[in-house]
Amino acid sequence: MTLRRISLTVTASLILVAACGGPTNGDARPAAIVAPTTAMGAFADYDAGAVPGGPGKGVRYQLGHRTDSALLAMMNRDVGPDGAELPEGRGTVAQGAALFATTCASCHGKSGEGTPPAYPRLVGRDPRAEHFAFARDPKLPRSIGNYWPYATTLFDYIRRSMPFTAPGSLTDDQVYALSAYLLAANRIISDTAALDAAALRKVRMPYQNRFVPDDRKPDKKVR
Amino acid sequence: MTDHTPPTTDSHDDDNESATQHLSRRDLISGAAGALGGVMLGGLPMALRGQQAMPIRPVVPVDATKLQGAPTSPLGQRSAFETPLRAPYGETVGSSYTPLRELAGTITPADLHFERHHAGIPSLDPQRHTLTIHGLVDRPLTFTVHDIKRFPQVVRTYFVECSGNTRSAYRAPRPDMTAQQVSGLVSTTEWTGVPLATLFREAGVKREAKWFLAEGGDACLLNRSVPIEKAWDDALIVWAQNGEPLRPAQGYPLRLLLPGWEGNINVKWIRRIELGTRPWMTRWETAKYTDPLPNGTARIFTFELDAKSIITSPSHPDMIVERGWRPVSGIAWSGRGRIARVEVSTDGGRSWHDAELLGPSLPKSTVRFQYLWEWRGEEALLLSRATDEAGFIQPTRAAMLVERGPGTDYHFNHIVGWQVERGGRVFFHGET
Ligand code: HEC
Repeated sequence: MTLRRISLTVTASLILVAACGGPTNGDARPAAIVAPTTAMGAFADYDAGAVPGGPGKGVRYQLGHRTDSALLAMMNRDVGPDGAELPEGRGTVAQGAALFATTCASCHGKSGEGTPPAYPRLVGRDPRAEHFAFARDPKLPRSIGNYWPYATTLFDYIRRSMPFTAPGSLTDDQVYALSAYLLAANRIISDTAALDAAALRKVRMPYQNRFVPDDRKPDKKVR
Repeated sequence: MTDHTPPTTDSHDDDNESATQHLSRRDLISGAAGALGGVMLGGLPMALRGQQAMPIRPVVPVDATKLQGAPTSPLGQRSAFETPLRAPYGETVGSSYTPLRELAGTITPADLHFERHHAGIPSLDPQRHTLTIHGLVDRPLTFTVHDIKRFPQVVRTYFVECSGNTRSAYRAPRPDMTAQQVSGLVSTTEWTGVPLATLFREAGVKREAKWFLAEGGDACLLNRSVPIEKAWDDALIVWAQNGEPLRPAQGYPLRLLLPGWEGNINVKWIRRIELGTRPWMTRWETAKYTDPLPNGTARIFTFELDAKSIITSPSHPDMIVERGWRPVSGIAWSGRGRIARVEVSTDGGRSWHDAELLGPSLPKSTVRFQYLWEWRGEEALLLSRATDEAGFIQPTRAAMLVERGPGTDYHFNHIVGWQVERGGRVFFHGET
């Protein structure tokens, strides 16, 4: 009994309408992000005392192993918005530009213009983005310069996920250089800048204050 | 109704824009099963947009009572007459949609659960894969999959929905869209796992911890920040799906399951959880999965999926040939709790009627509904509208356009439906 499946793939082309304009000045105040309040729920009291036959209230199951420090060091490389975890290292815009041409441009385009939707545009600083009109204009690209609220995100993402075909292969110096190049190309920092931990911590993205906490609630109102 | 608008030229890439470019792949049917050992038939390739594939029927004996049937087998297969398939497929960074029209009840068969991944599906050895919990804890701990299975387990039924689901139907609704293309990025599963709270107690989470970072073990090391309240509420680390180990595409061997929250944050292939005091502002919660609003701001950390529903029968490309009674049936769900009510309209929303909820309405799960309808050959516009237990009523697309604008990118839960022509043909209706 054979079930044979034949398939054809339809490839479709999407067109990105996007413009790249002059620099804009955004407000650099940090947005207040408040943790959503979820009512203490089902598992708040579900400890070992709640399971029939278990060791009893407040008692641990004694499962799991002490974390190996080498394993943790290998994995624990995330960088938050204050840049507290940023590693040592340094890279310039010029070094980043050279590296981008050899390692990234094949997918993201010579000047980071991308070939969306498969390969996102990395450079875009559109005057229309000044009003943050993304809800009204679906075609306005949410590129790094137009949209991203934190520069540390760029460092974290490039270091963990790029280049696509060899993720994790870049040195920290290279990640600083590529971040510098992309921030300069998006007119956030100057073309002659260099980035290290201290410099990256100081970078403020133009639209950071546009991000607001979720105000939807479990009620009747559509928001 | 029958002319077709050109493919959408929307730019935003992620989650499901490509759905409209790939057609329902009824193109693949081939093969035959019969007690005589099976007769192969050639497959008919490709239904191009707007055309129907010519149905090729498997060959079976005229009278199955006159000869012995097939023997037992190690792995079951669907009837050769049934070929539900995900579509589109073949993408490393992409998604495949659940064929909602072909399914019944609420549970999604594991092999038809929608897929969405950003660096392909990793191959992970369950004997080598571990989950580490560290940061603001008394004891950083690393669990093997075997360790995880030794904790007391819980069994819960929840849906997972990609927050980009229904984007194409919102941005550029087209009459020839199927339920799969409209809302196929939602699937429902009976999950088995351990409460995250149990693991947090084992590691001794410190009082100062307010958020945790969840990181997957795929090639993009997908990372998301989660407020700690969710762990004390209903978060799970799951390892089984509908009675068997997770499928690789759903996170094998371990997955974070945050009931009712947008799909992306249900981190698959989870390998690490770090407890901290503030969110990490990863790409996935800043550049993506934020919701621009018409007032020039964007919501960040929009986790809950609001009440939503879709009629799956009848739906395009169904053709109603017989007049008379039939159920109008579909699924409804809410990330905020139970579905309290589903209403169906057959006249485009002029009048609404309570539908019957089939089976229990479980929190953060799908419930199937039906409304009995007598078709007398008239034109009709079938719509469904869900209300959750907080009283939230699914809005129209027009209302969402006012509140969120045409460029909003996630959390589409507007009312959708199906136009039934006098001749019985059924077409998607998205402009509610
Ligand atoms: C083989 C193709 C390829 C190469 C080479 C590549 N990328 Fe990417 N890049 C991608 C794809 C595909 C995505 C989108 C992934 C997704 O959406 O999950 C992406 C996404 C990104 C993003 C996020 C963009 C956004 O708006 O969200 C950044 C930043 C990025 N790449 C930087 C780089 C850098 C820097 C390099 C060079 C070191 C690089 N990429 C090399 C394919 C590539």
